[in-house]
Parts: sequence; C-alpha cells; structure tokens
Amino acid sequence: MLRRLHPNQPTSFAFSPENQKWAEAQLTKYPEGRQASAIIPLLWRAQEQEGWLSRPAIEFVADMLGMAHIRALEVATFYFMFQLQPVGSAAHIQVCGTLSCMLCGAEDLVSICKEKISPTPHTLSEDGKLSWEEVECLGACANAPMAQIGKDYYEDLSGSRFEELLEQFRGGNAPVPGPQNGRFSVEPSAGLTSLSDVNDGGPTANKSVSLAKKFNDTVKRIDGTDDTITIHWGKQ
Amino acid sequence: MERIADVMLKDQDRIFTNIYGMQDRSLSGAKSRGHWSNTREILKKGRDWIVDEMKASGLRGRGGAGFPTGLKWSFMPKESDGRPAYLVVNADESEPGTCKDREIMRHDPHSLVEGCLIASFAMNAHVCYIYIRGEYIREREALQAAIDEAYEAGLIGKNASKSGWKFDLFLHHGAGAYICGEETALLESLEGKKGMPRMKPPFPAGAGLYGCPTTVNNVESIAVVPTILRRGADWFSSFGRENNAGTKLFAISGHVNHPCIIEEEMSISFEELIDKHCGGIRGGWKNLKAVIPGGSSVPCVRGENMKDALMDFDYLRGELGSGLGTAAVIVMDQSTDIIKAIWRLSKFYKHESCGQCTPCREGTGWMMRVMERLVNGTADPAEIDMLLDVTKQVEGHTICALGDAAAWPIQGLIRNFRDEIEDRIKDQRSVQNIAVAAQ
Repeated sequence: MLRRLHPNQPTSFAFSPENQKWAEAQLTKYPEGRQASAIIPLLWRAQEQEGWLSRPAIEFVADMLGMAHIRALEVATFYFMFQLQPVGSAAHIQVCGTLSCMLCGAEDLVSICKEKISPTPHTLSEDGKLSWEEVECLGACANAPMAQIGKDYYEDLSGSRFEELLEQFRGGNAPVPGPQNGRFSVEPSAGLTSLSDVNDGGPTANKSVSLAKKFNDTVKRIDGTDDTITIHWGKQ
Repeated sequence: MERIADVMLKDQDRIFTNIYGMQDRSLSGAKSRGHWSNTREILKKGRDWIVDEMKASGLRGRGGAGFPTGLKWSFMPKESDGRPAYLVVNADESEPGTCKDREIMRHDPHSLVEGCLIASFAMNAHVCYIYIRGEYIREREALQAAIDEAYEAGLIGKNASKSGWKFDLFLHHGAGAYICGEETALLESLEGKKGMPRMKPPFPAGAGLYGCPTTVNNVESIAVVPTILRRGADWFSSFGRENNAGTKLFAISGHVNHPCIIEEEMSISFEELIDKHCGGIRGGWKNLKAVIPGGSSVPCVRGENMKDALMDFDYLRGELGSGLGTAAVIVMDQSTDIIKAIWRLSKFYKHESCGQCTPCREGTGWMMRVMERLVNGTADPAEIDMLLDVTKQVEGHTICALGDAAAWPIQGLIRNFRDEIEDRIKDQRSVQNIAVAAQ
C-alpha cells in the first residue's frame, strides 16, 4: 500500500518539555549505540502529541536518535498506525474489518462510517471532527465486531450503538470503552463456564476499561504532564 | 484417539486463573493465586533442571508453529562468548482470530512477568524485551504497571527474587505491522528498522537481537512456564494426547452463540469445546458450514469433518490437513459466503506483505484480485486451477512464512469448496447469457 507524506506540512515540531523527558528516558531501555531501537515509541509519542505524524516530527525524532532522515521516513511509512495526514479533531475511528469482525457485522460499521463521516477513508468529515479507516485484525476477535477509537477498544458493537458512539465523540465526549453489550471481558455472554468462583468486591470493569476511566484520555492529545516513567533499571 | 475425554478441566488445573480479569489483578492478587510463591527455589534448581523439565512437560510453542519450547531453549549457548543473550517475548498478537495473549497481558500479567524471569535465567539472559503490538495500548499500560510492581517488590531487578540473578525486563511496542509477529522481522523492528524478515540461518539463537544469541517465544508459552515448573512436568503432560501436552487457551469467534476465550485441555473435541463453552453453533450443528481451527493462516475445514475433530496439533494437521496454529477458532455458519471470507483473508495478506520478496509482494495482490473475481463469479473456470498453481509458486519461495500463510487459506478453499466456486461462475454466466439473449 502506497503511503506518502501529506502535501501540507507544518513548519516545525518539538516535543513538549515533559514529552522530551519521557523520550529521553525511553533511550535508557536499549544498549549504548542502539538508540535507533526507540524510534517507534518516539514517533508514536510525537503522533500522540500532535494527532498525526508530520515530516518535521519524523525528522526531529531522527535527529534525536542520530539516524539518517530516510531511515526514519522508512519506518514512518512502513507501519500503518502512523497517520501521515491530519485526522479528525475529535476522534479517528478505526474499524476492524478482518474475518471474525466481518462475519459479525463489520461491513455495516464501515457503511455507517461512509455515511456519517466521509465516503472515503482518511478523509475529514465536513465539520473536521471525525475521520475513519478500516484496519486489519485488532486482536479482539471474541468481542467482534469492534473498533479502536483513540487509545481504546469499543467491542461487541451493534450498528445503532456505533452510531450513538460517533455522535458522542463528535460532541467532544469519550464514552466508556470495552464491550458495549454488558459483557465484562471475553467470558461467554451467557454466564461463566469456568473460573466461576468470583469473589464479591472484585473489580467492576475489565482492566482496559478501568485504565480508560482512570486516565480519562481516550482521545486526548498527550503532552506528557500526567504520564511518568520510572527508570528501575541500570545502564544497559 | 487415545484420549479418554468428557471430564471437564477443573478450575484448579487451569493455569490462567484470572483470564477474565474478575479477580484482583494487582501483584498481591497474583500472589494470592500462587504466582511468585517460590520463584527463588525454582531458580536455585539451576538452568539445566529448568530446561529439562520444560522438555519433559512436552510444551509446544503457543505462537502457531508448535515447536517444542524446551528444545528451543536448549539451542542457546551454554556459555557466553562475551556477547549478552536475550529473551524476546513475541506479544505482537495479530493473526486474525487470535486474541488470547491480550487477556494474559491485561488480566494475568504476573504469570508473564514471572515467566520472563525464569525463562531468561534458563537461557543465561539478563535482559528480556517484550514486544507488544502497538494497538494494545491499555494492555501495554496494564503490563507496564505489573512490571513496575515487580521491580518495586524486588522480584525482578538487580537481585531478582533474592536469587542473586540480575534481570531487567523492558516493554517495547510496535506500530501496526502483522509481519512483526515473524520472529526475525520482530527483531528488525526492535532494532528500529522496517519489519522485514531476515534470512535464516543464522538463526536467532546464534545471532538475533543486536547480533547476539536470542530466543523469541510467544506470550502464552512463557506465561505457562512458572506453573509448569511449580506443579511439575508430569502434571502438565497429563493433559492432552501424547505429543500434544497441556492446557491451552482457545479463542472462539464468529458464528457461535457465545464467542469467548477459554482455557481447556489440549485434544478436547471440537464439539465439546463449542457446546460446553460457546453455547453451540448459531442455528445448531446442521447450520455449521466451515471452521478455521487455528487462525487465518491455516486452511479451512468443512463443518461435517470438524464436529468430531480433536483440537490438537497432530490431529488437525494429520487428519484434516489444517492446523492448530494459535488455537484461534473461527466458526462460519451456512449464511457465510465462504469464498468472500477467504477473499477477506487474501486482502489481509496483501495488506500485510512487507514487500521484500517478489513472489509474496506480487503474488498476494494477484491472488486477491483473482479471489475477487471468484467472489463475483466473473472468473473463467480455468482460473481456479491457475490460482491454485500460483499459490504453489508463492508457497515455499519466500524468506518468511507469510507467503505460505497467504497461500494455504486459498488452497483450503479450493480443496473443500471447489463445487461452490464452480457453481457461482456457472450461475453468473447463465445470468449473463440471459442478459445477452434479451438484448
């Protein structure tokens, strides 16, 4: 698949001071002289900060890691999670379209995106708030059909529930993620057939949902202020 | 068929005791379920004991290929030649249908963290990297929190679990490339490059990450290690048929009444698996059309051959020409357009081909386009054999197995549903003839 840089690029990029600190801390995970290993996490943080990945951001990260610009451009264009064009200001919707989700109704979700957002993927809606794409298997097949929106998975979707979600995102809200049909996680929906000895007072939501509620950052731009990294390890 | 079945796996014999996340997921919760209880004593028994015990348990890799885990570990150099050794855990779960590792990482993460320590120790590695797929953002946060807990409790770090062994565990992530689930592509990606598979040899055990001896293991393979060593190789190998030992996480998706993930005994029959845990096939067993028993890369099987099938490596490969793969079971009922289903997988492989080898780069697109015509019925009947021929030319002629993985679903379709493809072409032609006659 051809992936090109967007024709309109910003003039510059820099990490926020907190993100800069976070990025420098990432480098301690890899041996001396192997800083290039950190390129995907750093490009990803740049995208989290700006919403999409611009040429100045790619070059900034390359310079930080002492890599030739072309090597960083190769990485940015190879990996599909890097958005090389602006995305919806409120949310970018990624509908899983691969087999299990297709069998369970992903094509309907794609039709809804075409109707409610834009007829083509990677294109902003008229109000600029949403964009969408069909992605390949997101690894939540027992909760099909599903979509990733921002950091979170919205699972066990129906067409009508999906339309409601889109409207909520359009209005600037991030609804509670996870299964949308009342399921806890990936247990059989008719009741537990194993591990049924569940203590009262346990968690009220699965871990992904708990984290989403705790951080409340499903579609937030990440500036690093509420995200710390603890370096437990010595020099590599 | 020596398995004496129909006794359901008991909860006390399940390795993943919090797979749905309904119990306390923190370190203290994990400890209360037995994790980290005598890690130091296990390490004290020494490297050779651990590797021998893993060999004796009969554990076969849970990432799809089913290579014996203990044997793989024994390929690592016994003594360092000055280069460090690495364990790399493949958490790039992207095989369509597969969603089991996600549950381990977010709900039972300490089984994986403890497994990383023990496995690294057994392979003389002081450093382990876990490479998690980029889309699993909350799972990454959950796993990192578990790693931090383990560091703070002194279970890993400078003197891991007071064993005297220095052990560092790093979480690294990708950014959406299926191919990075291939072990050498994963290593390339971890080094900061495009995820393009390397030629083998040299194998990673000789020259892997940063040119150093490396073993790459699947999440589930590593996460089951502490329990196997705690309860003994005999306990683990008492489940499943010979050469297919243990318990296994099955992920069932598609047209069953209640899709789910469930840990069951290997060699459980397909019927038992579906009826006990998934509430049966949607519309009943007569409504079953086809099953992909091990993730998108294995050939599909006709429904009527599947009901009595035993869910293990040898049965599915030997008797049905398919495979257990990652035990990601995709069920399709009679409402499914099976040709379109396989076309969707062809589209997936075309999208995910890294473009390095010509047969795969060109072949996946070519196969997808012919599959498109088979879906519409606009192909020439001779194209069915031509397509089969092309799949044979892609298979085995690429650096990695993605070419094979793209070829097998199509071969399975033609082998099992050729009549349906031919009927569709015939129907389409008769429609065209009527249209021509009417003009």
